[in-house]
Amino acid sequence: MKRLMISGLLVAALAVTACTNPDRFGADGTGAGLDANAGTTGGIIPGSANDPSSTAFFQQSIGDRVLFEVDQSTLTATGRATLDGQAQWLMTNSDYQAIIEGHADEQGTREYNLALGARRANAAQEYLISKGVPSSRLRVVSYGKERPIEICSNEACYAKNRRAVTVLAGGLTS
Amino acid sequence: MTRFLLSLCAGLALMFSAPAQAQEPLRIIIDEAIIEPLPFAAPAFQAESPAAGQMASDLASVVAADLIGTGLFREIPSSAYISTVNDFNAPVQYADWKAINAQALVTGAVNVQGNNLNVKFRLYDVFSGAELGSGLQFSGTVDGWRRMAHKVSDAVYARITGEGPYFDSRVVYVSETGPKDDRKKRLAIMDYDGANVQYLTDSGAIVLAPRFSPSGDRVLYTSYESGFPRIYVLDIGSVSRRVLESAEGTMSFAPRFSPSGQTVVYSLTQGGNTDIFQMDIASGQSVRLTNTPAIETAPSYSPDGSRIVFESDRSGTQQLYVMPATGGEAQRISFGEGRYGTPVWSPRGDLVAFTKQNKGRFHIGVMRLDGSQERLLTASFLDEGPTWAPNGRVIMFARETQGASGSSTLYSVDISGRNLRPVSTPSGGSDPSWSPLQK
Repeated sequence: MKRLMISGLLVAALAVTACTNPDRFGADGTGAGLDANAGTTGGIIPGSANDPSSTAFFQQSIGDRVLFEVDQSTLTATGRATLDGQAQWLMTNSDYQAIIEGHADEQGTREYNLALGARRANAAQEYLISKGVPSSRLRVVSYGKERPIEICSNEACYAKNRRAVTVLAGGLTS
Repeated sequence: MTRFLLSLCAGLALMFSAPAQAQEPLRIIIDEAIIEPLPFAAPAFQAESPAAGQMASDLASVVAADLIGTGLFREIPSSAYISTVNDFNAPVQYADWKAINAQALVTGAVNVQGNNLNVKFRLYDVFSGAELGSGLQFSGTVDGWRRMAHKVSDAVYARITGEGPYFDSRVVYVSETGPKDDRKKRLAIMDYDGANVQYLTDSGAIVLAPRFSPSGDRVLYTSYESGFPRIYVLDIGSVSRRVLESAEGTMSFAPRFSPSGQTVVYSLTQGGNTDIFQMDIASGQSVRLTNTPAIETAPSYSPDGSRIVFESDRSGTQQLYVMPATGGEAQRISFGEGRYGTPVWSPRGDLVAFTKQNKGRFHIGVMRLDGSQERLLTASFLDEGPTWAPNGRVIMFARETQGASGSSTLYSVDISGRNLRPVSTPSGGSDPSWSPLQK
């Protein structure tokens, strides 16, 4: 998995956020309250990738996704480490909820891949719950092979498409 | 939607003399390996009213296209004709048609009065010098002229092959546009040959796998409209839809109607586990049919409604199983190399069509219900999701091409593996579902 490393470059971080992680829940906090908080957060701009309670930080520094082997829904060691970080973050930032989206690569029939994506999302959800995240804050959905992020037809792309992505909702209550 | 009243006029048949005894009746046996398609002639139909001129030649063209599209027939071009047909009721000059090797001759006549259309046709066995079956006529509306042509083709095809008809049918499918990482999907319905495409949903939410009701009036499909996959039932006539009952925190998908049209069998996922359930559509009451930690999905009823074929990975890989329609013990039927999914029971009851995945390739295949006589009909990077023509002799499916610019196209193939051909649609297509023969 190609994890995005923490970037000190605010501009770059915002650009990545805007382009790969459109926030459907309006939780990234860009804009509102920015001036008011600027003085009390020691230069950290709320909602940006260097605000540890932001969606952008979760996506880029914690890692919002875990990857799976072909036709598997067992968490890898790397995946469990990422989920440990997610669990800790979700416990700290208790005003967020999350939907875990399960996905499959295109090598499989549509219905089976929907069910396989559900297994993957569920594996991630159960791990987070086992680490203390209340189940009431987590939901799962599977997209099967309907939403690939990489579109080449070889293992380099398939490996990134076999994923469970933790998508945050809520947070930054005003 | 325009509905048509089609009437078979038995009276017309009385106008014709009884067919002479043919020594070698005109016949195509579909199961046999066809080396040479049967040559036929379909001259422009006779216009019996001033307004019928264009339609007279269009009708003959659609009939010819239907027959050629089966791969079983070859049209003799009009430039080769010795005789012309100027009168629907005049005796046929068999020698002239024999001379150009037209084994079958289709003649027709068209009458248009306002929005009313009347089409008559006759089929001749040229080499026997006799009419094959009786003349028929169909009445409907001018808008529905293609259906009239398909009715004629159905009669010709059925008389020559002895198989059931299938041209007067429709297909509901998922229309696709855009690249793989931003694909827009919407439900569409069209005639079996790709004509008259209409859209049934917008592309605001992912829609998957529409399935016709047994009477062809409704469609079950899966939509992410709510943010989660849920099953909807859509009335084709009014294009109104409603969501079926589902519990919070579950996903439901892969629906199919029972032969009665009153219940739906589908997959429900809860806690990461996918099982098969059955629901009474009117009451929303559901019953669990499988209960294992495996993935159980893609259920399809037998034509008599007594059994269900489905896929399960309970053995470790996707395989096909048959169980009673009430649930209970399932028998595995697929034992070949590779993985088997998306089983669909033939409307004739004799075969199951499936998607097979083996060594990085995908195939559409058929096998008997005991798993014997497996036959792979296609091979490609990704073939998927077969659906049966109403006569159980032709299969439509979707083929996705590989790579960043890959797209999905509908194809048809007959059950012997012959006559693989794309189905023309305005944009990409997937998840076809073939309607029953229209009434």
